[in-house]
Amino acid sequence: MEILNQISASLQEGDTAAVAKLTGQAVKQKLAPKEILDRGLIAGMNVVGQKFKSHEIFLPDVLLAAKAMYAGMDVLKPLMTGESLPTMGTVVIGTVHGDLHDIGKNLVAIMLRGAGFEVIDLGKDVPPERFVDEAEKNSAQVIGMSALLTTTMPVMEKVVELAKDRGIYGKTKIIVGGAPLSADYAEEIGADAYCFDGISAVERVKDLTGAK
Amino acid sequence: MMRKIADIPVEKINPSIEKVLKGQGIPDQVKANKRTIDLARKALSSFMVLARPSAVTMEITGDQFKPIYAGEGLNADDTPLDDIIERADSFALFAVTIGETICAEIGRLFESGDYAQGAMLDSTASEGTELLANQVEQSHREYLLKKNRLASSHSTCQFSPGYCGWHVSAQKKLFQTLRPEEIGISLNDSFLMEPLKSISGAIIVGEREIFVFEDDFEFCVECRTRSCRDRIRAVKEK
Ligand code: B1M
Repeated sequence: MEILNQISASLQEGDTAAVAKLTGQAVKQKLAPKEILDRGLIAGMNVVGQKFKSHEIFLPDVLLAAKAMYAGMDVLKPLMTGESLPTMGTVVIGTVHGDLHDIGKNLVAIMLRGAGFEVIDLGKDVPPERFVDEAEKNSAQVIGMSALLTTTMPVMEKVVELAKDRGIYGKTKIIVGGAPLSADYAEEIGADAYCFDGISAVERVKDLTGAK
Repeated sequence: MMRKIADIPVEKINPSIEKVLKGQGIPDQVKANKRTIDLARKALSSFMVLARPSAVTMEITGDQFKPIYAGEGLNADDTPLDDIIERADSFALFAVTIGETICAEIGRLFESGDYAQGAMLDSTASEGTELLANQVEQSHREYLLKKNRLASSHSTCQFSPGYCGWHVSAQKKLFQTLRPEEIGISLNDSFLMEPLKSISGAIIVGEREIFVFEDDFEFCVECRTRSCRDRIRAVKEK
């Protein structure tokens, strides 16, 4: 469908106005919102992710594309009366208690949303209980935690323990990221995955949830 | 004992566009596209308006520095500083910040959906904070020169808790002595400073050769920056 290709191409260009306009046109052409989302917006964002991975484009291009993606989603949202946009799954994300570094976490949240996941961003300095409470309340498939200091990393283990106590461990997957972390550390505390950056977070979350 | 608080003119810590782009993951050899350059230029202009560079420094003796370095007893077993401290001539603690205003603006940009501009300003602010710490080191060197306390074979080098095996928790004792709260920097229970764009550390003075070490310590494997290489290179040039 030509219009969907145009949406995808404009999104890759980070052209917010064009994506909003084209999405509106696609709606007028009576295309289903889910089709516009999957084959226009998400398809475009997937190309962006691939190009970022192969260093053809860089962070600013990805973030401009994400903004354009949200502009398209804003056009689609009111059409889904009574229900929200179909998502690939729900991720509860935050920077752990004691830590206020949130740029990395914000970037990961933006990329997950761009890939079609619903992201519930708890912000920074998040106590362990809140991660688990919100995951239960929203039936989240994934809890994502970020930490930038070695001194705040142990909070992640507390969340894993709490998830075990509440019986959601295993069912709700746990991913961790941040500069001082490693795959070894993630394994040691019982997290399901360590993610180096936003793109790897999208890949790992897709793997863990079986989302395509 | 000298303790000095200074507001530093923002013009002295003007980040280069190349460094800002590097902070965005764009390698030196890649030519950034026009819209990225525009984002960077805008971030640099905002930085000049919003950054409030402020610093506190304090000269201390080697005997005073040792317990600060030992911190909460969590340093790595073998660190380059163990040796450097024994051979150094003098020590000064420092803390710098570019203030809360710019951090708030980064948050605002993200909240308003201007992610690319927000991330660019974040990289600019990080680079500006690094330059501020370098500027403070430079001022300290000028002070020592004026007092005839820096021989030509000697130089200065910066170290910060959280780097080179010096545990981040050592900031607790550093703060107790230096009191950076006076310039608006606080330390929380996780040893995180607020405002976020702040750096704490020590400027160590000694013969150039004492600062040269290999990056083959156990903790180097985990280090994401290897910034010691640049610092050692700079010591040789200073
Ligand atoms: C949920 O799933 C996921 C999945 C992926 C996830 C995720 C969650 N969360 C993150 N990710 C991942 O995806 C994101 C997007 O790609 C990434 O998020 P990041 O947040 O990592 O990436 C950001 C987008 C860009 N990255 C950054 O902004 C951090 C880069 C590095 C070089 C860095 C910088 C720039 C700064 N710093 Co500092 N700094 C370092 C960093 C080393 C490094 N190379 O990472 C680190 C974090 N710093 C460190 C230190 C020690 C410090 N810093 C300090 C200061 C600074 C600057 C001000 C100079 C500056 C800005 C800090 C800031 N973030 O605002 C001090 C603390 C500041 C404070 N407020 O308390 C100070 C304590 C030094 C001092 N004594 O002053 C180290 C921490 C080590 C430790 N022991 O805890 C450090 C790892 C460097 C090192 N030694 O290797 C990934 O990590």
